[in-house]
Amino acid sequence: MLKDITLGQYYPVKSPVHNLDPRIKIILTIAFIVAVFLGSSLWAFFPVAAYIILAALLAHLPLKLLLKGIKPLRIILIFTFLLNLFFNAGETVLVEVWKIRITLEGLLTAIRFSMRLVFLVSGASLLTLTTPPVVLTDGMERLLSPLRKIGFPAHELAMMMSIALRFIPVLLEEADKIMKAQMARGADFESGNLIQRAKSMVPLLVPLFVSAFRRAGDLAMAMEARCYHGGEGRTRLRVMKLTMNDLYACLITVALMVVVALI
Amino acid sequence: MKEFILQTENVSYAYEEGEGLALKGVCLGFRAGEMTAVLGHNGSGKSTLAKLLNGLYIPTEGKVTVCGMDTSDDAHTWDIRKNAGMVFQNPDNQLVASIVRDDVGFGLENIGVPSEEMPARIEKALNAVGMLQFIDRAPHMLSGGQKQRVAIAGILAMQPRALILDEATAMLDPKGRQEVFDIVQRLNREQGITVVWITHFMEEAARCERVIVMHEGRCVMDGTPEQVFTRAEEMRAMRLDVPPMVALGDLLRAKGLPVSREAMDVDAMAREVLKCQ
Repeated sequence: MLKDITLGQYYPVKSPVHNLDPRIKIILTIAFIVAVFLGSSLWAFFPVAAYIILAALLAHLPLKLLLKGIKPLRIILIFTFLLNLFFNAGETVLVEVWKIRITLEGLLTAIRFSMRLVFLVSGASLLTLTTPPVVLTDGMERLLSPLRKIGFPAHELAMMMSIALRFIPVLLEEADKIMKAQMARGADFESGNLIQRAKSMVPLLVPLFVSAFRRAGDLAMAMEARCYHGGEGRTRLRVMKLTMNDLYACLITVALMVVVALI
Repeated sequence: MKEFILQTENVSYAYEEGEGLALKGVCLGFRAGEMTAVLGHNGSGKSTLAKLLNGLYIPTEGKVTVCGMDTSDDAHTWDIRKNAGMVFQNPDNQLVASIVRDDVGFGLENIGVPSEEMPARIEKALNAVGMLQFIDRAPHMLSGGQKQRVAIAGILAMQPRALILDEATAMLDPKGRQEVFDIVQRLNREQGITVVWITHFMEEAARCERVIVMHEGRCVMDGTPEQVFTRAEEMRAMRLDVPPMVALGDLLRAKGLPVSREAMDVDAMAREVLKCQ
């Protein structure tokens, strides 16, 4: 069961968006988020929506998948909407019941904030849906590598991320195994109040941590045996080359930012 | 005689200063193209020996050379590890990347192989261990034997002269064990890679050209499987078993059936017994 989990939510199809340089995709995602916050009127969301739909179409992504990314957010969305709706001081009162009043400004802000959240998440999903995690960490390493000069550990950070990605399924499987072993000896993980349940996690977490440290030791030894000696003098398997498509993607995104800023 | 790829000269090793020695004055040589099994009980020093052979440990006394390079010389560390690749026991704890292709490429990235050369070398290495069709898979979806094969490919891609396997089959099921041993044996025969196969499975040792037995930090026996396994009494004294077919051969000979001492696996023994009829 745990063996089948896929990491991240990468959607493996061939498309021009999938083939974009990961560095460009990361930068464009940030630019998109800026564009989402740039717009002050509600009209600004039309070009933003058009942009995301166009990107999803070019990436051969079913829109359903993008919407699925928003689903876990629904509680925060409703909360944000209501908070802005009721607690926004405005002039034009639409409805007033007892002490609660809904103003036009409040309604507009509520819509604006919820829309921003929706586009924020779908923009980020678009990145993770079209880029495998390994490529993403690679791209991040290269984007951050100029910061190495001021002592920023770009390579180490990316290496940590990719090792974490590698070991999430391993540790999950192990947690599952330990849990079953403890349950076989009569451990109870399900009943009791919150504190009791938290306490019952101790016999699960202690062995898990011990084994994680042992694994870390083993892995460090194996990496050294394969000549790992930090980022110095390392070549890369993945060659990143900018193509014309990267240029077009940049132009479209810049156009989006200009349009949004003008509205 | 071919040259020594790995050589230990009177090597002693202590994990911590003042503590007992894990290895005591070991003198061994592994020649190019040889496939040697190293046997020994837990704590016999066989794993320590493995880690000394590629410079993961530096001898407390004595000298270890890999292709003529001294492991205590820092200038050669990466050349040594590139030439003497090592596969460890736990298949999960030695794969670094979350995609097979990236994992096999990890060593190549470390030794600075140009990016254009990498794909061909990765594919060749994976092909040699029969794992090419899994190139885009995640390691956690593979079986234990397949993971070990990927680990071997990761070493092979670096084009080493020697392969040291430290109980690489200990955590595998019988099928995975067979798979991994067959592939290593084929690499030894076809590509002439020197193999040091550390194990506690006697059947595997019986299939190597040479067997070394370690006991309490010393090398106590060194010879062909026939030479070593005929000393069954000494082996048992060191809490080691002889392969089942060797034990059977001894029993049959004691009963007067003239089976050859060279029959060490089931098929060979069956042929011997049929010959006697």
